[in-house]
Amino acid sequence: MLVLILSVSLSLSLIACGNSNQNNQEESAKQHDHSAMSHEADHSMPTGSEMSMEENKSSTDLIDAYLALKTALVQDDSKAAANAGQKLAEATSGLDISTFDVPKQAVIKEILEVLKEHGEHIAKSEIEHQREHFEGMTKDFMDLLTQVGTDRTLYQQYCPMYNKGNGGSWLSASQEIKNPLFGSKMLNCGSVKETISMK
Amino acid sequence: MRKWHRVALGVLFIVLVGIQFIPIQRNETEIVSNADFIESYQPPIDIGYMIQSSCYDCHSNQTKYPWYSNVQPIGWLLQNHISEGKSELNLSEFGNLSNRMKRMKINSIISQIADDKMPHPSYVLMHSDAKLDSLKKAHLINYFDSLVNNFDK
Repeated sequence: MLVLILSVSLSLSLIACGNSNQNNQEESAKQHDHSAMSHEADHSMPTGSEMSMEENKSSTDLIDAYLALKTALVQDDSKAAANAGQKLAEATSGLDISTFDVPKQAVIKEILEVLKEHGEHIAKSEIEHQREHFEGMTKDFMDLLTQVGTDRTLYQQYCPMYNKGNGGSWLSASQEIKNPLFGSKMLNCGSVKETISMK
Repeated sequence: MRKWHRVALGVLFIVLVGIQFIPIQRNETEIVSNADFIESYQPPIDIGYMIQSSCYDCHSNQTKYPWYSNVQPIGWLLQNHISEGKSELNLSEFGNLSNRMKRMKINSIISQIADDKMPHPSYVLMHSDAKLDSLKKAHLINYFDSLVNNFDK
């Protein structure tokens, strides 16, 4: 098992090195697919792929708050993170979902509920706990964008070292890696896994 | 002793006696709901016992009150703890949450146990059976880890 984890993190860090631009990244991603990685790992972590979403301005406040939170954690600034968490929690009630059909509204509501709770906890926690919540909500946040669309291009980034080697993801507005899960302790750990662009 | 000292002591005494007659709202629903965590997921007996004795007093609708809950203002303090605990996580109503929320709650449970934040140190002080040693902790975390995969989609 240890060997597997080591080899996975090694290949991931190799990809991180080759990531100077997007073409490079896609190329590495292909090599990555052909490499002798286990299928299980492949399944849980798709490599740098494209994900195209509807363009939608209504998610702007939420994305702004999420990215402010990310920046605060990159800078090890727990207070700014708490503020951003509060803003994020507030922005969940500002999203107008009336334009979506009813089943979709239900899905979106569930996601917003969870994001709100993450935001509220971040508003009142110390930094390591804020980071846990931030990492925990990233998947929910991506699911939300899949439902409602995005107003800008975002990059899903991944650092295999987080959470005792279980890895952790976040979204960023730029391709450049600035790690919010470790902050100054390991600012450069990570690579782009997915590009979320607008249709 | 000055006169106003005696008056103050007298007033304090009357207040302390008086508040004993203000009842606390007791958190003791008798019927276990279908949404109850242990009822729904039927964990192995030892796991269920740990969850019951370490979590349920503050995170369910079934508190087992200690005798001193009848002494005010301690009872009020407990009531406060319980309502706060239930607003974060109510295991009696766990089944009513969306899968997404369940996943979040269980991840929080895992990190709270792992970081020794829960069961709360002040609670463990008064309830020795709620204490989780490292073996029990590992056992519980393992269980919750395996459960969380059920809510992946």
